[in-house]
Amino acid sequence: MPGPELLSSQGLRLDGRRPDELRRIRCKLGVFTQPDGSAYLEQGNTKVLAAVYGPHQAAKSKLSTEGVVVNCQYSMATFSTSERKNRPRGDRKSQEMSLHLRQALSAAIKTELYPRSQIDIYVEVLQADGGAYCASVNAATLALIDAGVPLKAYACACTSSVAWRGNHPEALLDVGHVEEAAGGVCLTVAALPSVDSIALLEMSHRLHMDYFEVVMSRAMQGCKDIEIILDKAVREHLAEGWTKPDVITI
Amino acid sequence: MTRLATNTWTTKTFLTKTKRGNILKIVREHYLRDDLLCGSAACNVCPHKNDELVLDSTPDSICALFDYNHYLILDTNVVLHQIDILEDDALKNVIILQTVLEEVKHQNTAIFQRLLEIVGNKKRKFYSFVNEHHKDTYVERKPGEKANDRNDRAIRKAAKWYSGHLSKKGAGQFLQVVLLTDDETNRKLAQEESIVCCSVKDYIENTNGFPGLIDKLSKNVMPESSSKDALYPPHLTPSQIHTGIRNGKLHQGTFYASRDNFLEGSATISGYEKQILLQGHIGINRAIDGDIVAIEIFPEEEWRKPSDIVLEDKADDPGDFLEEESILLNNAKSAASADISPTGKVVGIIKRKWRQYCGILMPSKFPGATRHLFTPAEKRIPRVRIETRQSDLLASQRILVALDSWPRNSRYPLGHFVRALGPIGDKDAENEVILLEHDVPHARFSEAVLACLPPDNWTIPDEEIKKRVDLRSICVCSVDPPGCTDIDDALHARPLADTTTDGLKKYEVGVHIADVTYFVRPNTALDKEAASRSTTVYLVGKRIDMVPDLLSSNLCSLRGGEERFAFSCVWEIDENANVLNTKFHKSIIKSREAMTYEQAQIAIDDSSRKDEIASSLRTLNALAKKLKQKRLDNGALLLASPEIRFEVDSETHEPMEVQAKRILDTNSMVEEFMLLANVSVAQHIAAEFPQSALLRRHPAPPPANFTTFLKAASQQGFELDVSTNKSFSKSLNEAVIPSRPFFNTLLRIMATRCMQQAVYFSSGTLAQEDFYHYGLACPIYTHFTSPIRRYADVIVHRLLASCIGADATHASILDTKYAVSLCENLNYRHRQAQYAGRASVALNTHILFKDRVEVEPAVVLSVKRNALQVLIPKYGLEGPLYLPSDKFVYNEEEHVQICNGVVLKTFDEIVVRLSLDSTNLQHRKLVFQLVKPIIPGFSYEDREMDVELVEQPDVIEVVDITDLTSKKRNVQTKSKKKKTKK
Ligand SMILES: [Zn+2]
Repeated sequence: MPGPELLSSQGLRLDGRRPDELRRIRCKLGVFTQPDGSAYLEQGNTKVLAAVYGPHQAAKSKLSTEGVVVNCQYSMATFSTSERKNRPRGDRKSQEMSLHLRQALSAAIKTELYPRSQIDIYVEVLQADGGAYCASVNAATLALIDAGVPLKAYACACTSSVAWRGNHPEALLDVGHVEEAAGGVCLTVAALPSVDSIALLEMSHRLHMDYFEVVMSRAMQGCKDIEIILDKAVREHLAEGWTKPDVITI
Repeated sequence: MTRLATNTWTTKTFLTKTKRGNILKIVREHYLRDDLLCGSAACNVCPHKNDELVLDSTPDSICALFDYNHYLILDTNVVLHQIDILEDDALKNVIILQTVLEEVKHQNTAIFQRLLEIVGNKKRKFYSFVNEHHKDTYVERKPGEKANDRNDRAIRKAAKWYSGHLSKKGAGQFLQVVLLTDDETNRKLAQEESIVCCSVKDYIENTNGFPGLIDKLSKNVMPESSSKDALYPPHLTPSQIHTGIRNGKLHQGTFYASRDNFLEGSATISGYEKQILLQGHIGINRAIDGDIVAIEIFPEEEWRKPSDIVLEDKADDPGDFLEEESILLNNAKSAASADISPTGKVVGIIKRKWRQYCGILMPSKFPGATRHLFTPAEKRIPRVRIETRQSDLLASQRILVALDSWPRNSRYPLGHFVRALGPIGDKDAENEVILLEHDVPHARFSEAVLACLPPDNWTIPDEEIKKRVDLRSICVCSVDPPGCTDIDDALHARPLADTTTDGLKKYEVGVHIADVTYFVRPNTALDKEAASRSTTVYLVGKRIDMVPDLLSSNLCSLRGGEERFAFSCVWEIDENANVLNTKFHKSIIKSREAMTYEQAQIAIDDSSRKDEIASSLRTLNALAKKLKQKRLDNGALLLASPEIRFEVDSETHEPMEVQAKRILDTNSMVEEFMLLANVSVAQHIAAEFPQSALLRRHPAPPPANFTTFLKAASQQGFELDVSTNKSFSKSLNEAVIPSRPFFNTLLRIMATRCMQQAVYFSSGTLAQEDFYHYGLACPIYTHFTSPIRRYADVIVHRLLASCIGADATHASILDTKYAVSLCENLNYRHRQAQYAGRASVALNTHILFKDRVEVEPAVVLSVKRNALQVLIPKYGLEGPLYLPSDKFVYNEEEHVQICNGVVLKTFDEIVVRLSLDSTNLQHRKLVFQLVKPIIPGFSYEDREMDVELVEQPDVIEVVDITDLTSKKRNVQTKSKKKKTKK
């Protein structure tokens, strides 16, 4: 089949994971004191920082009487990819990512509680090794929780792709950079797993209908798995907070 | 429960260089696991499921050195060098480490594929162990450690782990692991770590019960740096070559050995118009035909001219020395500067392109010797020295040999025996040689492929009939060569009740093509095998199917009187052969009759026949003539190619008679509708799949191709206009000599030789105007009509089916990269199939003329420096008639040969004597000798033979250039009317 073999005959991926396994996720809430909420998250080698300010009074131009305005800014550090690149703030890619972030996070926030207010969410990708958007959503969710912003549910994001094992399609969860670069399709799902709703769906290439179901359900499974990990991190953080406040270690 | 790869996590860091030359640091994740299995039935620790136990619990030892149960672990070089040993069934219970698998994949894809084949064969009990992701066997590269050393260490670590793992809980069973490696330092390190190890040679030489195994051992390689007894200068190292090429001192090129002179070769390199001449043992320095080499070009004053002598290597082994070559080579400096070629020498090998070679053994003269010479069938390949103890047995056989190395101290390359193909001269063995030498996949279909077939008692399912257009009531019939069992097309035509607005009669015409894709589903083992084969290969008396017989000759074949699935293309056509509309659909048909061309012709001509079939055929025939005229008016070329047909004895499969193929109206009738279907389909799929439609193009020939041809034609008084296909077609039509009816056909045969090959391509790779098909003069073309024997048609069927929603689509249809690689393979296989077909014709011609001498009229196709290329129209046979340079004078300007006032030129009609020269068993050839015109002292004189010089009737088929590469050849077997036993 086309492209490099993403799955060995023993069913392992290039980095040694099985198709339904996430990369290692490590995260930490409250990494900065200045913002109202912050979080650091690693998904494999993809590393992301998120900071949340607000809710505070909205700027006149953005003000909405319906609910809180969610303002997102996504950016990538110059050193985030193996080849250094100067990335002006607000380039097309970042703008698109910012919009996508807003879509996923707005779906999670109980926006109706804060009319005429605004929440600013800043996400900086420190290292990109595939799935930077997903890591951003997951980190931003943690930062929102850290800031005490009321959420309907955890917003979790995960990618999925398809590879061939012999003649059978097999969906790969949490696609890494190498797998992404192999040119296959990559489906990104941002979801609120506990209420079973999808906040965002994006696909990198055309995918044949026959495989959509397997790829989609695997990505959803990934979101659920991530939710469990995030939830655990939040509970640990809170437990920690009772005993030793204001100690910050990464 | 969350699925996290949390066992252990580490990163691999390495540096790489971008295209722009920047150095990048790359960090990759690497997960180590504790759930990987060892695959041994003796293990009771790993949670194996039954089908995951690959290795026996008590493997029998076949080696006298290790008389206990053991598994083998191989290092990378053992796999790379000894793959023939591994392919032998003798070795079982072998552990292939991931480290090895990846290194092999990286270094040699062909061997990697062969290794996968072995691992995939359950009987062989090869287990691939993922040591690189196992938490106990992964080793990190130490700072400053070479990648090779690290990998050797990883292999040793895995070997160590296995012996520990197996002995830990081996309930009384003592299971060992033996590491096979030919690397002495690695063996020493292994021993220090108390790992049992052994060289391949020692292991194999001490096996019991497998006498042939030892012959397959690849010879040990002497390092290039060793200068002991060296005959050849050393090759440069890869880094030296790299530097040399970068600073312009060296050049990279592909080495082509000369067919005639074993001490001469050439290479094409960029920047030089002429080929670079390479002469002598030292100049060629162990390069073998096809190798990619590094070349140093001499200063201009040392440039020479290619020799024009035929030089064959000595028959027997002179031992390891190189003969004085100055006399063999052309040192003449006086040659005209036009003849001088840039000359150089091979200084290094960039990539060997060795394959396995067919040939014969020339046993050593010394009785009991084990070292022998092997002569390959391909003249461009040097003789090979092999070791075998079965020389008496093999001397009369065709054998297959693999090359191992060519050390500096050996006159010949070293190789090893792979297998015997059968007795020399035996039909099967000779066919095997043809298939192997042309890389035609011809192994029996694997179990996995056969498993994809419907059961033998398969019947048409009712629900499938409901999905299709039912054409069983329509009078459909097929027309094919006699003896054809893979019938992939059938036709029908019937008048329609209404007329066009102009009052013209309307007909419905349908072309029904076997629905192969109903059975061959995408991505199955069957599909992959068919894609790899690409085409059915027709040899004389033998057919190598693309898909198994059950499909090709039965379920897909549109046999007479049987219900079959078809993919139909149905047109409404007016009586002037204008297509009014086209539709495609899957259908079910029941062919009324499977006819031969001849039967169909008789049905048309027999005016007493008024039945449905006859009238359908007459309509088709009439419309086909109009379609053809339209095509010709458009500029389509009618070209000719002599085709030989053998009548083969059905029992012995020996050729009995040879004749040129006959052509009937009905051939052209079928052809015409196939062309129309192909064009209709091409338009449709290209519109729907602009990026990935599979099409076929035929580029216009470059003007230089025509030079000699035009000169020869003008000698006959015809000035041909070759500026466009239309003008060319027109002037070919006008070039007629009434007294010589064969002349025009001859002209067309020669025109064919000026053409380019038609090729498959993917629509996304070229601009629209390059889709043009020169021979057919149509803007777009594809192959749709022969899915049983061409894989291109299978893909086209799938594309068309998904256009019209007749079949589920699948992902690879949109994959442009896949489409490109598919086209490359299709083109390669088709070319090879064509060459194999020609080789088979040559072989059978030789068999036929074994005890036969004939005197026949012939025509001169072209005039060469030392020969005439002549054609015998009666048989469609062609070959060289050699002219000695001491008698004949070659006039290069006029392309004529002159002797004693007799001028021989192209188009001349002569008489030749045909016989077979069998002095060289491997290269038997037909010898053409001149009989008339009489040239005293040269022409063959035999008073008894006196032939009439009759003009041959027009028996040579005139065909369209398109299908020169793809014409179905019938495998005709004609019984000698002998009673078959039983
Ligand atoms: Zn085990």
